Amino acid sequence: MSMPFYVAPEQFMKDKADFARKNIARGRPLVASVYADGVLICAENQSKSLHKVSEIYDRIAFAGVGRYNEFDSLRRAGVQHADIKGYQFSREDVDARSLANLYAQYMGNVFTHELKPLEVEILVAEVGAAPGEDQLFHILYDGSIVDEDRFTVLGGEADAISGRLQEGFRPDWTLEEVVRRAARALSGDREPVAGDLEVAVLARSNGRRAFRRLDDAEVAAALEGSEEGARR
Amino acid sequence: MSLPAFGPADDPGPDFAEVLRRTGLDPFRPPNASPPGPPPFEIRHGTTIAALRYADGVVMAGDRRATAGSSIAHRAMEKVHPADRHSGVAIAGAAGPAMEMVRLFQLQLEHYEKVEGQPLSLEGKANQLSQMVRANLGMAMQGFVVVPLFAGFDVRRGVGRIYSYDPTGGRYEETDFAADGSGGRDARTTVKLGWRPDLSRAEAVELAVQALWNAADEDSATGGPDAVRGIYPSVATITAAGFEYLANAEVAERFAAVVNSEEAQQP
Repeated sequence: MSMPFYVAPEQFMKDKADFARKNIARGRPLVASVYADGVLICAENQSKSLHKVSEIYDRIAFAGVGRYNEFDSLRRAGVQHADIKGYQFSREDVDARSLANLYAQYMGNVFTHELKPLEVEILVAEVGAAPGEDQLFHILYDGSIVDEDRFTVLGGEADAISGRLQEGFRPDWTLEEVVRRAARALSGDREPVAGDLEVAVLARSNGRRAFRRLDDAEVAAALEGSEEGARR
Repeated sequence: MSLPAFGPADDPGPDFAEVLRRTGLDPFRPPNASPPGPPPFEIRHGTTIAALRYADGVVMAGDRRATAGSSIAHRAMEKVHPADRHSGVAIAGAAGPAMEMVRLFQLQLEHYEKVEGQPLSLEGKANQLSQMVRANLGMAMQGFVVVPLFAGFDVRRGVGRIYSYDPTGGRYEETDFAADGSGGRDARTTVKLGWRPDLSRAEAVELAVQALWNAADEDSATGGPDAVRGIYPSVATITAAGFEYLANAEVAERFAAVVNSEEAQQP
């Protein structure tokens, strides 16, 4: 009988983490930021039908980067969880914090117990009743969870993108401004193109279901505004 | 609660009732062994509902009274509900199961839309409701009958459509109008006499209000306008712009007009 090679637990975990990090960094990044009317989520995504950003519940949105099938099944589980909870208790009782905790537990569990960790980073965003009450939960492949109240970046090149967004950041940007700033932060030196972006908002002014996708024309109009603004 | 993690082989898909069943919250679980025959208490009943097509879509209306036997159980029950952005559901019959069915139906449509990324077709929504009515058949046999009316604006075809149901889940698309509940016959006759293709919004609302007035006039379980408490039957329009309730003030005004014309006819 052959004996399995001994691998130190530190090494084993490190290998898993490196594997997940490397594959996540290969995907295209995503930015979420608060603005005057709620939360904006902007992703680089050329597909019009395979979404990275989606609605979970009245005031909660989901976004993921990395392996599509993995974050999409997480998204579906989130919708199921939220709808069950809203049915069992009330719509007001469904909140992002408890959903983010469940995701963190699930992803942490997969990271420790399964051979292959999830190659995804996800975001659970909730729009608050007033500015300053919005919440962004950024959950990593190993289940660690970071709570932000201004902006967060998922995926590769996160530090460079954060740096660009940080410059002159204001939590009371208008929708146009925040679209422009997020797109510019994502694209860096390149010129952002509306067709390559998937943009959605959780807006306080949107009624019960706060989630709304912005179409290409709307994104293009916001990006156009930047040039006029730059000239002035 | 834990995250519902279904494997690829046992994923319930976009069916919310199935998700509930898998998590032990079956909404149609038969009640604990109950003896056959009618229940030993009075059931709350919701009564008259009507829907009719007009130029821009559909008008839906319902009175507000719930009765238990011969007493009035509730004066302001809402029987006309938005099902999603472009459709509405009105209910007649046993109030408890009916309200639960509406809630589940609304959740089902929203759940499907979120999971699949696009809303169901209008036909698909009507079929979903049919399955829910059929799932209630066991309860219906014990006296808890629920009969909804479903109407919506078919965004793919650009027309308003109306579906009526029977207690077994039978689903029938109506060409022009439908009415149900204990005062349904009177309401339907009124609409039938006044209906013609391409009514304007004002004409359609007037006809719906007239129908409810006549139903309340003939049927003791149907409530009329209650000017003292400011409770008026609910009327809603469903058009390309979505489901929208008429303001209480507008409905009150329409009923005032009906009352005036009735008074003018008195000798």
